[in-house]
Amino acid sequence: MSRLAQRFAALRRAGRRALVPYVTAGDPEPAATVGLMHDMVAAGADILELGVPFSDPMADGPVIQRASERALAHGVSLRGVLSMVRDFRHDDPDTPVVLMGYLNPVETMGYEAFARAAAEAGVDGVLTVDLPPEEAGPLLAALDGGGIDPVFLLAPTTSDERTRQVAAVARGFVYYVSLKGVTGAGHLDVDAVRRRVEHLRTLVDLPVGVGFGIRDAASAAAVGAFADAVVVGSAVVSRIEQHAGDPAAARAAVAELVGELRAALDGLPAAAAVRQAADT
Amino acid sequence: MLETKQPAPEAVAGLPDERGHFGPYGGLFVAETLMGPLAELRAAWEHYLADAQFQRELEEELRDYVGRPSPLYHARRWSEQVGGARLWLKREDLNHTGAHKVNNTVGQALLARRMGKTRIIAETGAGQHGVATATVAARLGLECVVYMGAEDMERQAINVYRMKLLGAEVVPVTSGSRTLKDALNEAMRDWVTNVDDTFYIIGTVAGPHPYPAMVRDFQAVIGREARAQILDKTGRLPDALVACVGGGSNAMGLFHPFLADEGVALYGVEAAGRGLETGAHAAPLCAGRPGVLHGNRTYLMEDADGQILHTHSISAGLDYPGVGPEHAWLKDTGRARYVAVTDDEALAAFHTLTRVEGIMPALESAHALAWAETLARELGPGAEIIVNLSGRGDKDIHTVAAHEGIAL
Repeated sequence: MSRLAQRFAALRRAGRRALVPYVTAGDPEPAATVGLMHDMVAAGADILELGVPFSDPMADGPVIQRASERALAHGVSLRGVLSMVRDFRHDDPDTPVVLMGYLNPVETMGYEAFARAAAEAGVDGVLTVDLPPEEAGPLLAALDGGGIDPVFLLAPTTSDERTRQVAAVARGFVYYVSLKGVTGAGHLDVDAVRRRVEHLRTLVDLPVGVGFGIRDAASAAAVGAFADAVVVGSAVVSRIEQHAGDPAAARAAVAELVGELRAALDGLPAAAAVRQAADT
Repeated sequence: MLETKQPAPEAVAGLPDERGHFGPYGGLFVAETLMGPLAELRAAWEHYLADAQFQRELEEELRDYVGRPSPLYHARRWSEQVGGARLWLKREDLNHTGAHKVNNTVGQALLARRMGKTRIIAETGAGQHGVATATVAARLGLECVVYMGAEDMERQAINVYRMKLLGAEVVPVTSGSRTLKDALNEAMRDWVTNVDDTFYIIGTVAGPHPYPAMVRDFQAVIGREARAQILDKTGRLPDALVACVGGGSNAMGLFHPFLADEGVALYGVEAAGRGLETGAHAAPLCAGRPGVLHGNRTYLMEDADGQILHTHSISAGLDYPGVGPEHAWLKDTGRARYVAVTDDEALAAFHTLTRVEGIMPALESAHALAWAETLARELGPGAEIIVNLSGRGDKDIHTVAAHEGIAL
């Protein structure tokens, strides 16, 4: 069983939701990332999503675009990101790490070389934003060889037929994009997301994570009432940006936010937790 | 890569395949949210491609609004001065709005209306595609938003004002390199957010399937006309076609109807900027390698880590790090050859054509003209060459003046 599957199984047994904060690797500077990862775990993160910086982040809003630019200004490469994961894994053998990024850096490194290096570094999942299942065959084969879970997005525009196709190749969890838009957008409709996630559960056996547009404790708690995992990206990266000149302050601000999100998720109504526990 | 190999005719015909591939290139590399809308677009495109009424309406628009067919002009004095093959200019500069771009925007805007979309978005580099989009949006009464790199807005202030006069909102893009590639990213972000009522008119033969094929099909009117016109004027097919390649829509529009004519050599001319050896250029086919950007796999200018590089060309319309995927396949199969021309060579050709023929070419098109001079001497008298004069140069006079240290 993969580290992601184990983590979701354990959370399910405990009746808890996974908190999945996102940071862009190398933001605000490469030396800060591993410390940030440990801080987020200490503050209550269950799974970490680590962004691989890319020059043309088409699916990201301005906050994560700027994080990419800050990291790239320090020359952060995909190999550099893997070395950060390796350093993190040295002191944390348990917390799953999912890389989120775009295809071109992976394609440039080569699928086999990437999968091998990522597995050695201790990467658990890979979400390639601009790689739909239709084009993913060769990368899926390489990731499978490395024992890495391919994570895929589902969107409000995804048909049931496509959902089944995605579910057939996804592992670890599926990531439901809660709105039509880019990361960090501000028009989350929680009731619509709830209905959609309930419907997805009839089509997908994997845990369902929800992200894009979850910006604070209140929206995290609202989404946590029905999702297996809550992904928070731009809100975390905003804290880093506010303290970009002072990495220590950035780490403290991120830990504070992750702590707030954890408390909000754990303050779920008991009924929801019981329903979840009964499922297992 | 495989430049010397002669392709079997079927290697380049009938593409793309079902999933938008031209050999290993093209495809659909976008975030999940756009997969549904792209499938919807493809279905609409395939439906109206076969719809007689739509095609009749498109023909009428191209004739009465754009001014087609565009002439095929024998540039006698230029041919004599160059000394060699006969040089013919396909006069896309005479189209309404002054470039080939409008062939595509008319087509896509008609499609948008049929699909019930009320809002049009576009990216633009030099501003020609933005102007052509704003023009058809005004013509059809559709809301129009154009994304343009902040740096390009400074270089092309006149086109920015033209778009505004036409009622479009022009949004400056300040991320990344502040040029065309970043404008494309921003247009994609808008589309993913407003996908219900918005139609994204991509201006070149790149992007996710079906854009490369759809834009090619709208631009292929150039090659269909040119083929009939040269047969009419000379009684035979030409020896070579020459066109500039940024994203590659004017070149693909000219080339495509000639793909099966094996005796017709195809030359795409990229921007060598300050010289390929300097790295300050926009020539992915000549000096890049395959990768994935903006929804398709194609040749790109990228660094060793797969990050996209900044490009340079004196011509904003060629200043793009990628190229249409069908060009990538024509290169690998050897059906077309791709070469590059520097800023200075293009400027020299700009002046030559202006002085000798009284035709001021766009700086993009001037790249094709510069290579055509070399080719005309190589092929010699008796040969016939068609050069796509993809746009007129009025928009570039400030750039030319500035380059020569002249304050206007």
